Amino acid sequence: MSTQTPSGTEAAVTEAAVTEATEVTDVAIIGAGPVGLFAVFECGMLQLRCHVIDALPTLGGQCVALYPEKPIYDIPAAPELTASELIARLQQQIAPFQPRFHLDQQVTELQRRDAAWELTTSRGTRIRARAVMVAAGVGAFGPNRPPLPGIEQYEGRCVHYLVAERERFRGQRLVIAGGGDSAVDWAIALADSAAEIHVIHRREQFRAAPETSARLHELAAAGKIQLVIPYQLAALEGDGERLGAVVVKTLKGEERRIEADHLLAFFGLASKLGPINDWGLGAHNGVIPVDPSTCATSLPGVFAIGDIANYPRKLKLILTGFAEAAHAAHAAYAVVHPDRALHFEHSTTVGVPLREP
Amino acid sequence: MPVIHFVTTSGETLTLAAENGRSIMEVAKANDLPMLAACGGALACATCHVIVDEDWYDRLDPPSEDEEDLLDTAHGLTPTSRLCCQIRVSDALDGIRVTLTPMD
Repeated sequence: MSTQTPSGTEAAVTEAAVTEATEVTDVAIIGAGPVGLFAVFECGMLQLRCHVIDALPTLGGQCVALYPEKPIYDIPAAPELTASELIARLQQQIAPFQPRFHLDQQVTELQRRDAAWELTTSRGTRIRARAVMVAAGVGAFGPNRPPLPGIEQYEGRCVHYLVAERERFRGQRLVIAGGGDSAVDWAIALADSAAEIHVIHRREQFRAAPETSARLHELAAAGKIQLVIPYQLAALEGDGERLGAVVVKTLKGEERRIEADHLLAFFGLASKLGPINDWGLGAHNGVIPVDPSTCATSLPGVFAIGDIANYPRKLKLILTGFAEAAHAAHAAYAVVHPDRALHFEHSTTVGVPLREP
Repeated sequence: MPVIHFVTTSGETLTLAAENGRSIMEVAKANDLPMLAACGGALACATCHVIVDEDWYDRLDPPSEDEEDLLDTAHGLTPTSRLCCQIRVSDALDGIRVTLTPMD
């Protein structure tokens, strides 16, 4: 599913119809982290309609990808809430504005077309917007890929970052790399059906529930799983189509070669700025320079907010990103409605206006 | 003010003055060194991974269990790998040398 709304009502009806066509909106927001979500609110208060795109299949960005259970204490009037609670509340706060979400897809192109911007995503979604807000944080999240030469050519065939279909590994020789829940859980789950399992980890301790770790060690003692510790991945061997072996090394450089058909690498998520570097926004070391009073970038109608926006004495706080979303929304209004004066009314005066259908 | 020697991935050494109490990650970011430090020091990622010179490694407080857990997700580990958001600058670390790891 490429689009959804928080309420889930409208999307089911319109989705099929819009997949091929170009979506048209006032503001396209790249990134569904806390700041991208709050930008929907700030835009909504000015009657600007928003579409939000994110590489992750869920809302929340870094809050959900890196630290969903960590408590946050510096959100005004919320003495303590977890990162995932923050996202849930933001979803609730922006629901009246009926933003359209395009999840599990990365914006690959940003092109200027007839006084508007056209965004194209990795799933082929096209969105036309007068204004764009880049709220991409530290970039798009994807699997944390081990930097092994030639690994790309095996991905999807012999190198996997998730298990979509466990039957595929029946009778196969597997190398599972990583020390967290995913690595341990899959080693245990596949122990019976796989021909061989080697688990590569850099130290004795696993980041898994004690009972799960205990089960792993039982299976190792029974010879069903080989623990290769303390090693880390060093290289892949194969013919470019099929994997032949995985080379591992200790931290001190001692080498071992393990024959294998598949490598399952579980190192969590990592972020990459990716295509944003090529949009002419002057991105440098992962940040985009903006005018802090408007969050305007060097391109007309393109704004950057949140962790990715940079100016002297920038504070990388969710709090700062929220304020930047307000600055950018007001500046974006002039871009979307160049002929209309902005008569601003506080939410205490107007309430939360629903957007016009 | 203590100084920190940062060795870049291309082998260049940059010597920077650092205020006591800051983390080495903050010093690197304040000086625009190539380091992602994605989570901003919240101990939620491993993108400020550095390799500490062997002579200095044992003088640091040992890594916490949380830091070890995150080092599990880093690549190209060495016996002296650390997350530099967890190393605080002090006079005792004057002259410490750390090597940056690739950003991708």
